[in-house]
Amino acid sequence: MHPPDQLGRHRDASAACGDDHSPCTLHVNGTRHDLTLDNRTTLLDALREHLALTGAKKGCDHGQCGACTVAVNGTRINACLTLAVMHDGDEITTIEGHGTPESLDAMQQAFIDNDAFQCGYCTPGQICSATAILEEIRAGLPSHVTENLSTAIDLTDAEIRERMSGNLCRCGAYANILKAIHQVAEAHS
Amino acid sequence: MDFNQASEENLFDHARIVGKPHARIDGRLKVSGQAPYAYERHDVAAGQLVGYPLGATIAKGRITHMDATQALKAPGVAAVVTTLDVAPLNRAESNVARLFGGDVVEHYHQAIAVVVADTLERARGAANLIEVRYAEEDAEFDLEAALERLQNLGEPAADVGDVEAAIAKAPVTLDAVYRTSAQSHAMMEPHASIVDWSDGKAMTVWLSNQMIAWTRQALATTFDIDADAIRLESPYVGGGFGGKLWLRADTVLAALGSRAAGRPVKVALPRPLMFNNTTHRSATIQRLRIAAGEDGRITAFDHAAVSHTLPGGSGEDAVNQTRCFYAGENRRVAHHAIDLHLPESADMRAPGEASGLAALEIAMDEMAEKLDMDPVEFRILNDTQVDPEDPDKPFSQRHFVECLREGAERFGWEARNRTPGGRREGAWLIGHGMAGAYRGAPTLDSGARVRLARGRLVVETDMTDIGTGSYTIIAQTAAETMGLAMEDVEVRLGNSAYPVSSGSGGQFGAASATAGVYAACLALQKKIAAQLKVGAQLKAEELRFDQGRILGEGVDLALADVGDGDELVAEDKIHFGDFKEGLQIGTFAAHFIEVAVHAYTGETRLRRMLAVCDAGRILNPITARSQVLGGMTMAAGAALSEGLEVDRARGFFTNHDLAGYEVAVHADIPEQEVVFLETPDAASTPLKAKGVGELGICGVPAAIANAVYNATGVRVRDYPITVDRLVEGLAERAAHS
Ligand code: FES
Ligand code: FES
Repeated sequence: MHPPDQLGRHRDASAACGDDHSPCTLHVNGTRHDLTLDNRTTLLDALREHLALTGAKKGCDHGQCGACTVAVNGTRINACLTLAVMHDGDEITTIEGHGTPESLDAMQQAFIDNDAFQCGYCTPGQICSATAILEEIRAGLPSHVTENLSTAIDLTDAEIRERMSGNLCRCGAYANILKAIHQVAEAHS
Repeated sequence: MDFNQASEENLFDHARIVGKPHARIDGRLKVSGQAPYAYERHDVAAGQLVGYPLGATIAKGRITHMDATQALKAPGVAAVVTTLDVAPLNRAESNVARLFGGDVVEHYHQAIAVVVADTLERARGAANLIEVRYAEEDAEFDLEAALERLQNLGEPAADVGDVEAAIAKAPVTLDAVYRTSAQSHAMMEPHASIVDWSDGKAMTVWLSNQMIAWTRQALATTFDIDADAIRLESPYVGGGFGGKLWLRADTVLAALGSRAAGRPVKVALPRPLMFNNTTHRSATIQRLRIAAGEDGRITAFDHAAVSHTLPGGSGEDAVNQTRCFYAGENRRVAHHAIDLHLPESADMRAPGEASGLAALEIAMDEMAEKLDMDPVEFRILNDTQVDPEDPDKPFSQRHFVECLREGAERFGWEARNRTPGGRREGAWLIGHGMAGAYRGAPTLDSGARVRLARGRLVVETDMTDIGTGSYTIIAQTAAETMGLAMEDVEVRLGNSAYPVSSGSGGQFGAASATAGVYAACLALQKKIAAQLKVGAQLKAEELRFDQGRILGEGVDLALADVGDGDELVAEDKIHFGDFKEGLQIGTFAAHFIEVAVHAYTGETRLRRMLAVCDAGRILNPITARSQVLGGMTMAAGAALSEGLEVDRARGFFTNHDLAGYEVAVHADIPEQEVVFLETPDAASTPLKAKGVGELGICGVPAAIANAVYNATGVRVRDYPITVDRLVEGLAERAAHS
């Protein structure tokens, strides 16, 4: 580490850029990857740039759109809003871990069945979130619109819409995304 | 193929595949994260470096000093190109502000440098080390102030009859001013390009762009190189909405970075840069006057509007649709684009109509109320089947009245709230509103190439799929025409190596590009006919292509057996003839909305949205429906939450990210229904199709505004209708009730 000088400026360009690296092991979709990463690398860029897993999208890089949603140890997270080195040893599931074009999982298939996307750019994030919210509801995690905290959470339209509201879709596929999620939920129940 | 007259009855009137629901053929790639968007193409060029842009932090002036010494010394940095290092680049026709080069700053966040490094983190870190000093110049950023100073709503684009006399003698008149906010496309995929111009000669570009041929030409102009030396690929586009019609800074910076570093370079515009660096829809201020007789017949329209643009641009023409949406003998429309030094305004989904109808359709609601008429019946009464300015020019098709009636019926318009502010459920005021929509149905010449080998067909065209469903409807068109199954057709798009198409924009893409593919398929049929080794030479028209076979007099052959295993290739384009100029060809819709407005906070919640559309033959009801849903959703944002806020001292949009600029989220969108009337339009294309992608956003903001008025009794004429614009009126009404 290079501490800043008294004026608060950094001593040289290298320090000014915070150019430090750390080892980091990520388990992505069941595969272990030992990496040495610039500490500033987000989890999203580690996936997209270092592992060439470009299914998770970068829509804003600021935690504002949800396009980068992946699961970390089973919890959904905006991968752009967390640094890769904070996830040493973590289990990451990206859209590539859900299914391949030849073998889609139920949520991916439901998105096709209901035309729940247009340009497709928000879609991997939507699918990762959609999968996660069904788990969250099953696990009894309440949301802003949950009416009753002492009973099982109903899978209402409002409940789904609220929980999916961190995933923007500028193509406006929300109505069809809602149907896709219901399709999967009903198949499971 | 020339399209010089309206289509006769043809195979699309008895189609097996066109017009039928078919899931997107690119769906599997998209839902599995395998569709390659521009920035993700690690495989296309080895040794890619990353470019990070720097934006100007003044709106107008000159750069007096730039020092990149520290940046160049930073780890991993391969090159820095500042705008002072480069002579001003040529300005392509489609660009108003220069994209790069020289010391002049024309707008905030104009690109002024690109840092190329081995990683994003290093390029971004180094970009922060560049020192810039400016000589700032005074400039005007305030549309209201400019309008007040100018006292001018523009020279009329049309002036028919005697508007002033008609208004003076009419028993019922309206005179009101409406405002729409500047809006951002905010497509989810940022502008991004990978450019390989390592040798400074041939340039290969992988980018996210709606218009391959235009952008190739723009690049050739910008860098003064031969268009033939440029290759572009844009097979997947993560949303465009007009924001990716043009060459933008991402491509230019990647090209300059690549030439400087001698390596391929990729650049994505950081989201917070996009709003001020790229284009947006201008704000408008519109004055509408309408006059009508006691019977409700409109006698005059006077629609004047201003919008803003950088000097040399055209702004947002909000008055054009008023020329022929409704009947009325006297009519004047004028648009004045005022020069401001805000970022560059340009086309966004339904440029003009989206803003114009947002005002006109509130005005129509206000007139209906003054006349004590049902707003649906008021519109029906004032329908026209001819261009009101030129009664000899008919609409090719116009089923607006059917849209209105069908919509009213399905929505339950009879049971609507009839007293503004009169229906309440607990703390919520319930309201219903409707509006009409009109958007032209232009077509552009469009080409394609088809390749047939062993019964499989490949279609190649530089058409793009920006979420619109191009891949799917093009496959449907080719499969239908060649008598093949969908599985036997492969579609390749978005590549400058393919024939030039219409591209995606202006609601012309689907209709034009499918017509071009049809033309190419007919050319292939001719080639096949010429090859058939049967007694008498048969013409292509004498053959039928059905279920993978070619059938005709003495011919019954599998398509798979044509050509002796060699590939048969044919290319053609559709050319649309002048006869269309004698017609108004448009698309129409009626929108119905239910809202709930909180009586104390003014929070507006959409409850139901219905669209009934008249848009020619619908090529694929699944993808077309999604287009309209998307338009309605974007319109919900335009009505209730979207607006670029101007810093009037420093001249930039302050809410330049997705946290500050509020597009509709999932929780904002209620049940939505879309109905398409069966209205194939033979004057439009051989497939009798028209676009729908822009129709869906038209009129919806006004329908929402009218529903909010109906719920509350508070008329808001400024968009977006946020709580601050409602609460005062709500409080007043509460005090008087
Ligand atoms: S890219 Fe992570 S939230 Fe937008
Ligand atoms: S499908 Fe385009 S943003 Fe959601």
